[in-house]
Amino acid sequence: MKSKTLATSLLVASLTFGSSALMAADYVVDTKDAHAFIQFRVQHLGYSWLYGRFNDFSGKFSYDEAAPEKSSIEVNIETNSVDSNHAERDKHLRGEDFLNVDKYPQAKFVSTSFTPGKDGKAVVKGELTLHGVTKTIEIAVESIGAGKDPWGGYRHGFEGKTQFAMADFGIMKDLGPKSKNVEMILSLEGIRQ
Amino acid sequence: MQWKNSTTHFGLIAIALHWLVALTVFGLFGLGLWMTELDYYDSWYKQGPWLHKSIGILLFFTLLFRIYWRLLTPPPVGLASHKQWEAKISYAVQLLLYLLLLLIMLSGYLISTADNRSIDVFNWFSIPASITSIPNQADVAGWVHLVLASGVIGLVSLHAAAALKHHFVDKDQTLKRIIGK
Repeated sequence: MKSKTLATSLLVASLTFGSSALMAADYVVDTKDAHAFIQFRVQHLGYSWLYGRFNDFSGKFSYDEAAPEKSSIEVNIETNSVDSNHAERDKHLRGEDFLNVDKYPQAKFVSTSFTPGKDGKAVVKGELTLHGVTKTIEIAVESIGAGKDPWGGYRHGFEGKTQFAMADFGIMKDLGPKSKNVEMILSLEGIRQ
Repeated sequence: MQWKNSTTHFGLIAIALHWLVALTVFGLFGLGLWMTELDYYDSWYKQGPWLHKSIGILLFFTLLFRIYWRLLTPPPVGLASHKQWEAKISYAVQLLLYLLLLLIMLSGYLISTADNRSIDVFNWFSIPASITSIPNQADVAGWVHLVLASGVIGLVSLHAAAALKHHFVDKDQTLKRIIGK
């Protein structure tokens, strides 16, 4: 039964290979020219939002306009590049109370499924590795736009939002009852390869 | 007692500066260790560093004046009973203390000014940033600051142990001179 399923899917794959090679496209996230941002926000005291971002990261995704459910994405973040516009706070964020970048220099997201919704919206499920802990999270994704760029390329941009408790990833520093969760906003423009 | 040092006695200014700097260094070391461990909601979380930086900057100017004063009126010559190796080591330790204190202040300054923020001294005046381009400047300077501060406390212990040795073992005037006798 199992081998039959495998054989079938191989058959399907080989049959569809010709067309999907045309449709599915690989994109590299445009970090080189910084048309991509990985931002986060945490409430400060419950009175305001504190925003920060990671300056060094890389990403690639595959998106098939005809079959978006086949899409996948992978993002790697250098945790050392955390930037909250305050050097002393960034020092604290890089330290053992938070990201512990000496021990965990990288964070990573690898998608496991892509569930298209309406109006270019989708839910991406995947494994986030942060602070040495890997957990499944869901990212609500929205396609912002796609098309030719003025310099001969083709681009597609998405924005994804998710949130999780820092404690779920072993970051136990207590910032107060309203500041247990961090929201992440990933704004990624991919250049088709 | 006179203001200036003589060949046999420390003057009032040198003695006052010695103990003022010593007490302040110990205070800042303790405050520094304590304030970096505080809970975010502790009322000292902001006030501790503010006090530490303000006092640190004032200590820097005090130390500059102390060095100027030492050059202007050199400390009394060593006692005849001091051995040559004692004199050499004690001089080296003292020079190293000055050097380390200056480097600790420089590194502390580089932490707080790493992203072009200035250091506020008691809401009185502020010290502007200058060097801001060292990679991970706040982290690197913070590490140097802690390591050198621990080094100074080690050297001070040596310096104090030597003074006590002169007082209790050799029973000479070395320690008494720096308390004005």
